[in-house]
Amino acid sequence: MSAPFDITVVGAGPAGIAAAVTAVESGARVLLIDDNPRPGGQIWRGDWNSGREGDWLNRLAASHVQLETSTAAIDERILDKGRKLILATGARELFLPFPGWTLPGVTGVGGLQALIKGGFDVANKRIVLAGSGPLLLACASLAREKGASVMLVAEQSDSAHLRGFTASLWRHPGKLIEGARLGLSLLGSAYKTNCWVESAQGREHVESVQLRHAGRTWQERSVLLATGFGLVPNTELAALLGCHVEDGAVHVGDWQQTSRPSIYAAGELTGIGGVDKSIVEGRIAALAATGREAEARTLFSDRTTWREFAAGLLRTFAPRPEVLSLAAANTPICRCEDIPLSEVAAHGNWRDLKLATRCGMGFCQGRICGSITRALYGYGPNSPRPPAVPAPIQALLEEREL
Amino acid sequence: MPSTITIFVNSKPVPATPETTVAAALLNAGITTFRHSPRHEPRSPLCGMGICMECRVTIDGVPGLRSCQTLCREGMQVQLEVEPA
Ligand SMILES: Cc1cc2nc3c(=O)[nH]c(=O)nc-3n(C[C@H](O)[C@H](O)[C@H](O)COP(=O)(O)OP(=O)(O)OC[C@H]3O[C@@H](n4cnc5c(N)ncnc54)[C@H](O)[C@@H]3O)c2cc1C
Ligand code: FES
Repeated sequence: MSAPFDITVVGAGPAGIAAAVTAVESGARVLLIDDNPRPGGQIWRGDWNSGREGDWLNRLAASHVQLETSTAAIDERILDKGRKLILATGARELFLPFPGWTLPGVTGVGGLQALIKGGFDVANKRIVLAGSGPLLLACASLAREKGASVMLVAEQSDSAHLRGFTASLWRHPGKLIEGARLGLSLLGSAYKTNCWVESAQGREHVESVQLRHAGRTWQERSVLLATGFGLVPNTELAALLGCHVEDGAVHVGDWQQTSRPSIYAAGELTGIGGVDKSIVEGRIAALAATGREAEARTLFSDRTTWREFAAGLLRTFAPRPEVLSLAAANTPICRCEDIPLSEVAAHGNWRDLKLATRCGMGFCQGRICGSITRALYGYGPNSPRPPAVPAPIQALLEEREL
Repeated sequence: MPSTITIFVNSKPVPATPETTVAAALLNAGITTFRHSPRHEPRSPLCGMGICMECRVTIDGVPGLRSCQTLCREGMQVQLEVEPA
């Protein structure tokens, strides 16, 4: 049976959209699927209005790409859909546990941003954001724009690191940076570096947040705490299909090809680097997959620029030792199964930990706790089993026959 | 203005729009506990992007669906294991 499409793209974020549009413009029959009800990925979700996001989303809408939303690729059956596969499954946030992090009202930073984009009304709500990376600023400025009272943005990175990074930014006029600049100018003294969350307090919901800065701790009254310490690639599907994963990212060659024939990878999946790296990698993958290598080659120097920027991001916002040891003995590490630090800390590898405690066997399948144990202890899940997205939605997907 | 629709949370009407996710509609209605963990701690959405499963609820009789990845539809029936406060 011949495959119905020339190219299947998994993930309709910037990388996947750039790949799908580029491939279809090369004359290929293209299927683009995304788990989310709307295309756009973490940054452009449903944002048709203006600028570059509008351009790509409108090009997608005007193209012959077959877009299927609310549809996830969960196992190797995705290979039957097309002759070649481009994986662009993006990234998720890294959470680091602290006492109170499971309380309602504590969300991710990108998590809060996504909830606001999904219609969550934050007007007049007191919000503290604490963690690391440019996402803190992007989320803070969105929350402000929507009428929230942003009490504090706590960036754990130290000011020396940040100064070096900011000084190099003029070479990288990306969207994220614009957002960060905007955020900085809006926030003024509400933005503190060398500052981090120690705990969240409240009975059924966050009521206050304990912060530390320059040897001093204090509590800030707040009803929402957004916390996140950077991003980690969603490698589960790629690993399941047998693609080589190294240091938590899918390993690719010059043409964005993975270690598996006819499978390409692009965007955050190959290493965290932001929207511009995602777009250029998506274009290169699609050009290579449709036999337009010479054109792909013209994009290599752009890609190098964005990869250097990515390396700078990682260095600047690497978690300091203090934020890796905030959890108390009874703080849950695995939220699904409620397994506290005291039980998790005793095991030397992921397999033993999982067998002894059920850590990683809950509904998120180790996506949250596995990234935590990797950050804290250097080990996490490495041999994912199907399904590559959480189980309960499988029923929904099978209905859609993917 | 986006058109207003009504969804039902444990049979009680809650206003929403078709552009709103179920998670956002519940939060906007002041619902803070979406479910309980095995040790009976209250939980609510964490990642907002379909990864953590903390926001799962029953929608139109189907259990375990992620409210952050589901858009509201007129007449949708959302069931929480706990009565909303
Ligand atoms: C929560 C969050 C918020 C962010 N906000 C910003 C921001 O404000 N500004 C900024 O510059 N950068 C932001 N980023 C960084 C962002 O990742 C990049 O800028 C950009 O969106 C990366 O594009 P991408 O296409 O590589 O991945 P993504 O945008 O992450 O897109 C990946 C897509 O793949 C889908 N997917 C994943 N697995 C599957 C599967 N198995 N089947 C089907 N679909 C799947 C996801 O639903 C998603 O839509 C954010 C990242 C995260 C995680
Ligand atoms: S909030 Fe994490 S899956 Fe919905």
